[in-house]
Amino acid sequence: MVKIVVPELGEGITKATVSFWYYQPGDAVKENEDLVELVTDKATFNIPCPCSGILAEIFFKEGDAVNIGDVLGTIKED
Amino acid sequence: MDEFCNFYLGLVDYWKAWRFQREVFQAVKEGLINQALIVCRHHPVVTLGKSGRIENLKISFNELALKGGQFFRTERGGDITYHGPGQLTIYPICNLRRLKKDIHWYLRCLEDAVISWLVIWGVSGQRRQGLTGVWVGDKKICSIGVAIDHWISFHGLSVNIKKSDLSFFSFIRPCGMDIQMTCLEGELNRQIDIDEAKDGLVDTLQKILLEKEYPALELSPSLS
Repeated sequence: MVKIVVPELGEGITKATVSFWYYQPGDAVKENEDLVELVTDKATFNIPCPCSGILAEIFFKEGDAVNIGDVLGTIKED
Repeated sequence: MDEFCNFYLGLVDYWKAWRFQREVFQAVKEGLINQALIVCRHHPVVTLGKSGRIENLKISFNELALKGGQFFRTERGGDITYHGPGQLTIYPICNLRRLKKDIHWYLRCLEDAVISWLVIWGVSGQRRQGLTGVWVGDKKICSIGVAIDHWISFHGLSVNIKKSDLSFFSFIRPCGMDIQMTCLEGELNRQIDIDEAKDGLVDTLQKILLEKEYPALELSPSLS
């Protein structure tokens, strides 16, 4: 399983909110495609798929607050 | 290849400029160009960002249309804002992998560029704690909202230049707050040609983004 991790977004940015999942558990995903959108105060940020495979689990739903380093979900790699 | 490739669209519909942003975004993503600034003005339009609430539009869609304003939901961060022909709007399509992978730094650079450019006009702009944008006293002169995808930015900033546009802000709660807006003409009490104003801002913005340093500007307190 490959973890989907909230990356470092910038100095002083410790939190963001999950605003949109482009895929749902069970969906096939491709490496580098947009996977989940986060939103901070004045910016939206798309996290790409870290690998190709099947989106296995989602741990944070849309509207949930997340911290840098949190695992958003997992992908079962091809 | 020059680091920046700039596009001057003139007065353009919001959706056309948005479509052009996506095309330039793709060109940056594919490495055909390094960075770009899209410089334009818009026909009256209200846009709602990802963090926005529709209640911050104080009139109905019908009333907005009767006043000649369009409405769009967009993928940028932030709440509600207005764009019009009396503003200078810049969409930097920046590959932050080449500059600095730091959203906070990027937002501060946009503010810093506007503040530095205002100095040329003899106007003192400030950042305010927790309120992205540029302020002159308690009034806002520049709004900022961005989106980042694959560490490439789109959307951007708009600076109020002409007095004629400010009335439209009364139809919204800009950024979801009860704040007053100001413009360069209002601060200088004379007419300003937007075309003359744009080059200075473009040059300043490019320079600050390429310096890659953290802007060392003072931060004013948030509004009371």
